[in-house]
Amino acid sequence: MSVDTATVKRVARLARIAVDDEDAERMTGELNAILGFVEQLDEVDVSGVEPMTSVIPMEMKKRADAVTDGGKAADVVANAPATEENFFLVPKVVE
Amino acid sequence: MTDLTRLTIAQARKALAAKEFSAVELTDAYLGAIAAANDTFNAYVKVTPDKARDMAKASDARLAKGEGGSLEGIPLGIKDLFGTEGVHTQAASHILDGFEPRYESTVTANLWAEGAVMLGKLNMDEFAMGSSNETSYYGPVVNPWRAKGDDKQLVPGGSSGGSASAVSAWLCAAATATDTGGSIRQPAAFTGTVGIKPTYGRCSRWGIVAFASSLDQAGPIARDVRDCAIMMKAMASVDEKDTTSVDRPVPDYEAALGQSVRGMKIGIPKEYRVEGMPDEIEALWQQGIAWLKDAGAEIVDITLPHTKYALPAYYIVAPAEASSNLARYDGVRYGLRVPGKDITDMYEQTRAAGFGREVKRRIMIGTYVLSAGYYDAYYLKAQKVRTLIKRDFEQVFHAGVDAILTPATPSAAFGIADQEMAADPVKMYLNDIFTVTVNMAGLPGIAVPAGLDSKGLPLGLQLIGKPFDEETLFRTAHVIEQAAGRFSPEKWW
Repeated sequence: MSVDTATVKRVARLARIAVDDEDAERMTGELNAILGFVEQLDEVDVSGVEPMTSVIPMEMKKRADAVTDGGKAADVVANAPATEENFFLVPKVVE
Repeated sequence: MTDLTRLTIAQARKALAAKEFSAVELTDAYLGAIAAANDTFNAYVKVTPDKARDMAKASDARLAKGEGGSLEGIPLGIKDLFGTEGVHTQAASHILDGFEPRYESTVTANLWAEGAVMLGKLNMDEFAMGSSNETSYYGPVVNPWRAKGDDKQLVPGGSSGGSASAVSAWLCAAATATDTGGSIRQPAAFTGTVGIKPTYGRCSRWGIVAFASSLDQAGPIARDVRDCAIMMKAMASVDEKDTTSVDRPVPDYEAALGQSVRGMKIGIPKEYRVEGMPDEIEALWQQGIAWLKDAGAEIVDITLPHTKYALPAYYIVAPAEASSNLARYDGVRYGLRVPGKDITDMYEQTRAAGFGREVKRRIMIGTYVLSAGYYDAYYLKAQKVRTLIKRDFEQVFHAGVDAILTPATPSAAFGIADQEMAADPVKMYLNDIFTVTVNMAGLPGIAVPAGLDSKGLPLGLQLIGKPFDEETLFRTAHVIEQAAGRFSPEKWW
C-alpha cells in the first residue's frame, strides 16, 4: 500500500500537525519508503497466531481503591503555558 | 594527583570509603571536565553544578559517618528523558520548552537514594527517536572516538548518544539511558562502552517520558561490565506506580561477575549474518565465539527464523504507540504553545513547530497504521509477527541455550550528517537490525566492546538472555571483557 499527498494531509489533520504543500509532498515520499519497507510482513503466515498483548506474562496489578495522592492542582498546572487560578487556559471553544 | 574522572565506579567507591578524596572533589573533577569539553561534544543539554555540589556535600557527610549507599558520591549523567524534579526535562524536544517536572522518576529516585550525584541532563535523539543523536533539538552529539589519522566528527549512536559520549569522554562516571529498539546498545557499541537493556518490567518506567510503552526500558551505560552491574542493581526496582513493573526481587548483579561460563550453551543465530555486513564484524563475532569456547562454553548453531521481520514490525508498533503517547503535547499542559486562529489551529501550529522531522514522520506513520481500515492490516499483523519473534527465542531457550551471541551493530560509528542516511530513513533504521528483536520479545540484551576495526573504531558484541536472567549476561559479558580488554578513545580534546 502507498499513500498520496491527499492522504498525507488527512493523516496530518488526524495527528493535529499543520503541514503545507511542500511538507506534504516530502512526507509522502518518506512515508511511502517506510510503508514499502514494512510490506515484507506480507510474506509471513500469521494464521492462527495470537497478537502479542504483553511481552512478559503477567496479571495487571491493581491497587487498593483508596485516595493516595492529590491536592496538587498548583503542581499540575505549574508547567502550563497559560493558566488562571489553577485552570488551564485555552482559546475559546464554545461560541 | 591522578585524574579522578578516569576511575571506574568500583574504584571511586573504594577510594571514597577510604577517604582518599572527597565526593565534592570527585564531583568538581567531573564539573571541570564538563566545563572544558561540553562545547566540543554537546553531550549535556543542562549542567547542574550547584545541585551536584550540594548532593556531593551530603554524600561526604554520610561517608564521614561510615554510612552511604551503593553509589554514594558517584557523579552521574541523566538522559533528558528521565523526569527530574525542578530540573530541565525536555526529551531533547522543542515542544517541551521550559518543562521542569514537579516529580522525580522512579529510576532516578532510586539512584539518589543510593547516594549518587547528578551532574546534569544528557542530550539524546528527540523523544528517543533516532540512531545517531542527530534528531535532537539541541543539535548532534560528537563521539569522542575518531578514525585513525582523520579528524572527521562521528556520531555516538542514538538515541542515548549524550549518555554514551559522556561516559566514553570521562564527563560522568556512568549514565542512565533508555532503549526502545537499540538506544542503549547501539551507542554503547559506537563508543566502546558497556550498555544493558534489561528485561521489560525490570526498571520502572514511571516518570520517564514515554515513546513506545510496550518496548521502552531504562538501563545504564558504563565504562565496564562491573560498573554496569552496579548501576543496574541501583536502577532496578519493583514499583507500584508502574503496572508493568515486575514483582521480583532485584539480584546482586555484581556477584555474577567472575563466575565461570564452563558448560554454558551459547547460541549463534544464522539469521544475524546479514548481507553487506563488513568482514570485520563477522571476524569480531568469530573472535567472540572463540573466547567463549576457550572459557569452556559450548557453542551451538541456532535459528531464529523471524528475525528479518522484527525491524518492519517494529516500524509499525513503535510509531503506533508513539503517535498515541505524543498526543499529550498539545500546547495546553506543558511546554511550547504557538497561537492559532482557534483551538485546533493552536494544536496544529504548536505540534508543527514543536516536533522535529523524525518525530513528525513517526507520528504520521503511527496515525496512519492505526487509522480506520488499516488497523488489522498493519498493527494487528505486526503484533502477530511479534508473537512469532518471541516464540523463536522461547524455542531456543527451551532447547537449553543459556544466552545468544550476536554482533551489536552492523557497522562502526559513521559520520555526522551522513548523506546516505539522511536521504533514506530506512537506511538509518537498519542500524537497529540486531538489537530490535530483543525489544520486540521483551528480553534482556547487553552490548560489550570486543575490539577495534581497521580504522581504530570500537565494535561491540551483543548477548541476549532469558527473561530476568541479566546475571548470565553480566557473567558472560565479563568473560568477553576479560579476553578483549577495555577500550578508551585517545584524548584529542
